[in-house]
Amino acid sequence: MLEQILYALLTVFIVMNYGFLIQGIVPKIGARVGRRYGIPFYQPYLDIIKNFSKRTRISHGIMFYIAPVFRLTGGIGLLLFMPVIFGSNMFTNFSFTGDLLLVMYFQFFGVLGMALGAAESGHPHSAIGVSRGLSQVTALEFGLSLGVISLAVQYQTLSISEIVAAQQGGFMNWSIITNPFAAAAMLLAFLGAMGRAPFDVVLAPQEIPIGPPTEFQSGLLGVLQINRAIFPVAKLILFMNLLFGGATNWFELIIKTFLIYMWSIFVGVVFPRFRVDQSVRWFLTIPLLLGIIAIMLVKFS
Amino acid sequence: MREELEKRIVYSPEGEAIEIDPLKDYFCDALPQVEQKSSIAILEKFANWARSRSLWVLGFGTGCGAIEMRPLMTPKFDAYRYGIQWRPTPRQSEVFVISGYLSVKTLKRVIRSYEQMQGPKYVIALGSCTINGGMYWDSYNTINRLDYYMPVDVYIAGCMPRPEALLAGFEHLKKIIREGRGEGANKYAKDFAWYKANQKKIIKDWDMPDYNW
Repeated sequence: MLEQILYALLTVFIVMNYGFLIQGIVPKIGARVGRRYGIPFYQPYLDIIKNFSKRTRISHGIMFYIAPVFRLTGGIGLLLFMPVIFGSNMFTNFSFTGDLLLVMYFQFFGVLGMALGAAESGHPHSAIGVSRGLSQVTALEFGLSLGVISLAVQYQTLSISEIVAAQQGGFMNWSIITNPFAAAAMLLAFLGAMGRAPFDVVLAPQEIPIGPPTEFQSGLLGVLQINRAIFPVAKLILFMNLLFGGATNWFELIIKTFLIYMWSIFVGVVFPRFRVDQSVRWFLTIPLLLGIIAIMLVKFS
Repeated sequence: MREELEKRIVYSPEGEAIEIDPLKDYFCDALPQVEQKSSIAILEKFANWARSRSLWVLGFGTGCGAIEMRPLMTPKFDAYRYGIQWRPTPRQSEVFVISGYLSVKTLKRVIRSYEQMQGPKYVIALGSCTINGGMYWDSYNTINRLDYYMPVDVYIAGCMPRPEALLAGFEHLKKIIREGRGEGANKYAKDFAWYKANQKKIIKDWDMPDYNW
């Protein structure tokens, strides 16, 4: 058991550093595309050291303190309850037979915690950001859940390990080939889950500076930054496991997750920002329809 | 005193009377404290190094000099490579660029934003107007010397200074921080009474607590 906990901590450590590097490298690529030199790739580390070495910090109450912890719990929980490396005893973590349901819950967990904390900060922009974030996340859950249910019906299991196992043996076995409608619904919902354009109205730095974390500073912001490194990578690993056959080693994991991440980046640079009513309406049309078709096909074919 | 800041009684739907004193309920008026440096020298040095490499600038342009901040984000100057980024909220930023002349009306907002920033925090004064008033030295509604109202770390002279001058100012600020001399927040806390008296001398319609972190 102790061994397993240590390996879980190692997983969190590796994923956190990978997340920080992605946060440094992706803006760097964006800068080079725009003919700028761009931030150093280790800038996220400097930012986080700086934030933790601030001398003052203010609080608006207990929930304000707990909210970043909730958020971080959401990220780490999502990561630790699924198999990160398929077939490895070290990095299977705490995945179990019904982990798919728990993981779906952890997707939502951090947002709710953040909503409580941001509401206590009393800043109007936080309240606007939270209401936008919750409605958007709720809307995207439709496509995502229908896709996931379709996969669960297809493979007759609620265990991520078994879903990954069923996809082994070449890319023709991946869910994205065997169940394209579910994959499409999930990948469109994934765009919303990553919070990049066109679904970045939650943070909207130029409009509601900067949404839910407006009042968070110093170490509290540092905790949120750590989560911002872990949570996206955890989501990437989830999608890799469900749709792209998982990974049998860290190298494969990094290649696959980076390419999935690039999907959200490419869409983000092409499309402008949706208003929240537009994005909710969009999630309730195309991904929802694709999800329903996926369920129908799996059920009746 | 503005009307919405006066004491009043509001009634809940059940008819319960609630007394509201906005200045007490909505603000915290605890005075700033001098924050000690870390007692371990090497830790403080390390923190200062990180602070100097990660400067988050408050996106608040006070005067015409704000136009000189924009080019720094463009490919030509690209301040991001020096670790300089813009943040939309004072809570998360530590560098305040007072860009050009400061009217009395703006000064009030500047003070509130400055006090909401978390220490250690730094102020860069851009342009001659912040040093001696510049071309507005005899204007009826701009201040002449910024360091009467808040501690300034770096002055950049000129009217207007070029974006290169602003970049050079940032580099100078980095040097100051690395040497451990960027203690503006502590100076403000130490000489708080003097700064506050100066501010109140200029701002006639003072309708906020003395310190609203």
